[in-house]
Amino acid sequence: MSWSKAEQARRAGAELKDGDIVNLGIGLPTEVANYIPEGISVMFHSENGLLGMGPFPTEAELDPQIINAGKQTVTYVDGASMFDSSLSFAMIRGGHVDVAILGGLEVAQNGDLANWMIPGKMVTGMGGAMDLANGAKKTLVLQTHVSKHGESKLMQKLSLPPTALKCVNRVITELGVFDCKGDHFLCIELAPGVTREEATQHTHGDLRFASSVN
Amino acid sequence: MKVYPDAKKALEGLESGMSVMSGGFGLCGNPEACIKALAESDIKDLTVISNNCGNAGKGLASLLQNRQVRKVICSFIGGNPDLAQQYLAGEIEVELNPQGTLAERIRAGGAGLGGFFTPTGVGTPVAEGKESREIDGRTYIFEKPLKADFAMVRAAVGDKFGNLRFYRTSRNFNPIMAMAARVTVAEVDKLVEVGELDPDDIHLPGLFVNRIFQAEHENPIEHRTVREA
Repeated sequence: MSWSKAEQARRAGAELKDGDIVNLGIGLPTEVANYIPEGISVMFHSENGLLGMGPFPTEAELDPQIINAGKQTVTYVDGASMFDSSLSFAMIRGGHVDVAILGGLEVAQNGDLANWMIPGKMVTGMGGAMDLANGAKKTLVLQTHVSKHGESKLMQKLSLPPTALKCVNRVITELGVFDCKGDHFLCIELAPGVTREEATQHTHGDLRFASSVN
Repeated sequence: MKVYPDAKKALEGLESGMSVMSGGFGLCGNPEACIKALAESDIKDLTVISNNCGNAGKGLASLLQNRQVRKVICSFIGGNPDLAQQYLAGEIEVELNPQGTLAERIRAGGAGLGGFFTPTGVGTPVAEGKESREIDGRTYIFEKPLKADFAMVRAAVGDKFGNLRFYRTSRNFNPIMAMAARVTVAEVDKLVEVGELDPDDIHLPGLFVNRIFQAEHENPIEHRTVREA
């Protein structure tokens, strides 16, 4: 047993606090918008120049000139503002964004993140990821724990070119929730049915468990 | 006079080998008429500065398909198969910048600054060959300003002095690029007389704009995502 993608996104949503300014990366992190806990209100920042991003539009609301950083058509909520790219990244680098939820290829136990290239294989560019990982007050990563080839993506040291150093606070994978503690990962929660042995076996870095974890 | 009849006339003086900034994020807020005029020209060996350099075969990707581009300075290649293909084949030079660094380099270019120190990119391949400095206990790298021969920008409304007003997320890189070029060409959905825009509603003062014309815009959608009503 482990968490589905939707359950991972829901678990990430539970990290958010009322009033947070939140930036969601492309892919699975975008789904977190569907799992904001009841009674909590957050403002979504999209780095292409929108603070106060709303849900996807209905056909009647569709406007090609309102998009998110994934180039999807979106809407905006009351209180939203729009601005240029330089101001948008001043918000990010300047520490005015509370939480960035990013996708990851690898996370190291000291908080180093790799998510923008695999030499010789994948080239997408870093987009806003380097600024977000460095600038947000808190960086959460949503990613798979193990690659398709069975290799751990929670590393002692990164094997891929970094996006930013010592920036990740917490990783949420299909197996559980893991904090980057410098010289080890600290598991603070396991997905239902996942054992300590299983998590340890699939973690390349040094893994410890909070006493509250079964 | 700043008012021009069309993109072709407004881009006069843009020659092969020059550098061009082009506003837009993906296909949103692109100077579509200027890009079309460039694609129909013989101009080549361009250095294009743009966040994405087109996407999904559209926008600036048409210049890539025509082999008019020598170098691209951008932040993101994903979703742009033309750029990825030419880059991986070594047929085009690509300089990847973190998006915030790209934006700030352009802003610095327009604001007369010699560059800036940023924490973004420290410890990554982006930092290679760049000066690094510790400031108040944090490490930063030095990034130089970016300027261009021409900037092609797009706005919703402009007046004949060049004052611009943008619409929604079509703003993105447009106002900062307008500041950073020797010649800035603005294409607007609607061109109005001087005095029609309230001074408080002007997003970019007209002194940054050298040439302006009115154009129809297609506004293509890259990912049409909708929900049930």
